[in-house]
Amino acid sequence: MKHLISIDDLSKEEILKILDKAEDFEEVALGLRNCRILEGKILANLFFEPSTRTRISFETAMKRLGGEVVNVSAQEASSMAKGETLADTIRVISNYCDAIVIRHFLEGAARFAAENSSVPVINAGDGAGQHPTQTLLDLYTIRKECRRLEGLTVALVGDLKYSRTIHSLIKALTLFNTKIYLVSPEILSLPEDFLEELNGDVEKAKLEEIIDSVDVLYVTRIQKERFLDEEEYRRVAGSYRITLDMVKRMKENAIILHPLPRVDEIDVRVDSTRNARYFKQAFYGVPVRMAILSEVMV
Amino acid sequence: MRELVISKIKEGTVIDHIPAGRAILVLKILGINEKTRETVSMALNVPSKKMGKKDIVKVEGLFIKEEELNKIALIAPNATINLIKDYEIEKKFKVKLPEVVKGILKCPNRMCISNSKEPISSIFYIKTNGNEVFAKCHYCGRRIKELADYLL
Repeated sequence: MKHLISIDDLSKEEILKILDKAEDFEEVALGLRNCRILEGKILANLFFEPSTRTRISFETAMKRLGGEVVNVSAQEASSMAKGETLADTIRVISNYCDAIVIRHFLEGAARFAAENSSVPVINAGDGAGQHPTQTLLDLYTIRKECRRLEGLTVALVGDLKYSRTIHSLIKALTLFNTKIYLVSPEILSLPEDFLEELNGDVEKAKLEEIIDSVDVLYVTRIQKERFLDEEEYRRVAGSYRITLDMVKRMKENAIILHPLPRVDEIDVRVDSTRNARYFKQAFYGVPVRMAILSEVMV
Repeated sequence: MRELVISKIKEGTVIDHIPAGRAILVLKILGINEKTRETVSMALNVPSKKMGKKDIVKVEGLFIKEEELNKIALIAPNATINLIKDYEIEKKFKVKLPEVVKGILKCPNRMCISNSKEPISSIFYIKTNGNEVFAKCHYCGRRIKELADYLL
């Protein structure tokens, strides 16, 4: 049985296969072509943490392929979990459906869920751990919008310590001969042991020194909910804001990505520049998740 | 130098070349405590040419399985094992680092599922980098280095 728990579980070839499949599904995602390969299948969306974008894009992806979705919201999931272990919850729900998408606040929860499930499990974010479907859609966006994946220069900006999106993406980027700049306040820098594990061209940098040399500027939100200390949050919030003036210094074809939702990391006036691709990136979540769902269920 | 010290055993397992101060941890890893039956003798801070000081553990009447003994390598990578029968060494070998250990180490990440109320045992993958031994959590990916500090 196939699960998708961490980007580490996929080889470069498997990643490229999913991206190619997503390319095939783009017309279906746009409603231009019909495809019912998941007709008769049921997906359970099990979200122990609130989510809008990820949950809706999974739901849309499933329905575009003819399947049905059962949603368990954060509130329902937590009341279900009262007195019941995640292991038992998964054992029960996996009897009702053909695949489970799970988001959970504990790291490793998706892997543990997979170990207790009789159907494929897809990790939609586990605490500050991994978010592999976001990574696949990020890679897809980069390949579509930069017309290649190999040999690019990417700056990762913002919360590199707690962002699961970053933790998944950075590992995947190193597979594609990417030059990676890490731009963050010191207290939100990438954990040292994570950095030690990376095999690639990775270095810390200041935004103003590298902004004119990057192909991709990947900006993340400073996540208030990840801070134990509100004072610490206030100090760093807003310290990495992308403005129109900064965008003017970027390469003409460079792109700006953001996993969304944004707070104020990117000035809204940047939205209308040719470099802003974050809303397109959000759309690409649908064909990429269609590819993932078909990969685990067909 | 005077020879040590604690009496020979007729049958059982002798664990030698344990870093000084870690004999108790070795017993902990092997699950030997006041509730188990074995007679155990320990020598602490024994002078050693190679190690300066070392600990030795003798467990009488028990041939510990090699797989179990290899867990000792987590905190005593140079430990040697002597299996004794009729006061003679029947087999002698060095411990080897296991690739995976289950339920031995505790993940320091408070947000790791292995520290929750779930029916779950910690699982760590053991790796080396030169002389350094480290372990990686199967669930959250956290890496730990001073393994003796993380014994459950």
